[in-house]
Amino acid sequence: MKRKTALYGLLVALAFIFSYIEVLVPIPVGIPGIKLGLANGVTLTALYLLRPADALAVSVLRILLAGLTFGSPMTMLYSLCGGLLSFAVMWLCRRSDRFSVVGVSIAGGVSHNIGQLALAAVVLATPAVAWYAPVLLVTGTVTGALIGLVCRLLLPRLEKLR
Amino acid sequence: MKTGRKKGDIWLVTAVLAVALCLFLLLWLLPGDGAAVEVTVDGAVYATLPLDTPTTLDIPGKNGCVGTLVIADGRATVTHATCPDRLCVRMGPVSRAGQSIVCLPGRIVVTVVGGTPAVDGEV
Repeated sequence: MKRKTALYGLLVALAFIFSYIEVLVPIPVGIPGIKLGLANGVTLTALYLLRPADALAVSVLRILLAGLTFGSPMTMLYSLCGGLLSFAVMWLCRRSDRFSVVGVSIAGGVSHNIGQLALAAVVLATPAVAWYAPVLLVTGTVTGALIGLVCRLLLPRLEKLR
Repeated sequence: MKTGRKKGDIWLVTAVLAVALCLFLLLWLLPGDGAAVEVTVDGAVYATLPLDTPTTLDIPGKNGCVGTLVIADGRATVTHATCPDRLCVRMGPVSRAGQSIVCLPGRIVVTVVGGTPAVDGEV
């Protein structure tokens, strides 16, 4: 139990720091909303190492912590929308056993972007944000693949943590 | 650790990129529907009206010319004008971003502007 608590705390802390790093150092591509998704990588790792419910807890705790410390209620809402959809999709993809960890990560990155875009469409009350969808689909694929490749290297080494 | 099969990955990436390409072709290459019309009189913005709210506006232009702008069904039309040539009435309805109705005697310009595709930063 103590060991489990320590592991979960470690993962939440890691995801939290990753969130902060991404706020501090945005990717300079000139398009808002694009990021690597380092914190999503922790969620992905948790999904492979822990039970789904625990992985979800890590993800939600990270979002709440980040939103309360260096975000705003609005960014927290965006983050929750993307994070929850991404988690649901990654969980289903993992369960289906049709994808490698890279595929699961890509599905997560893309769905994260779709979730946020959907919320943006609702908040801004305009479907005009759909113009942004193709860009976010492609960037979600690329960043998801990068995170997935890192996780593929990482997971075999982390297995003994379980 | 077993990290799953790879075959599905290719399909996933192909599907996502195909959807992105289709959306790109649909949305970026075709001019999209505008979100609002901006009315200027003699270069100064007189009013900005959303296209999704049906409304009627009388625009007092220069030289005693008054144009009546009607917004309905997501389109903007100048239905009446007191100017002599009434070219603006004959221009018909506009709805796509970038389209405009111009009344030269009254120096009235009605331009369809797109919505601002702004996405908030994420955390």
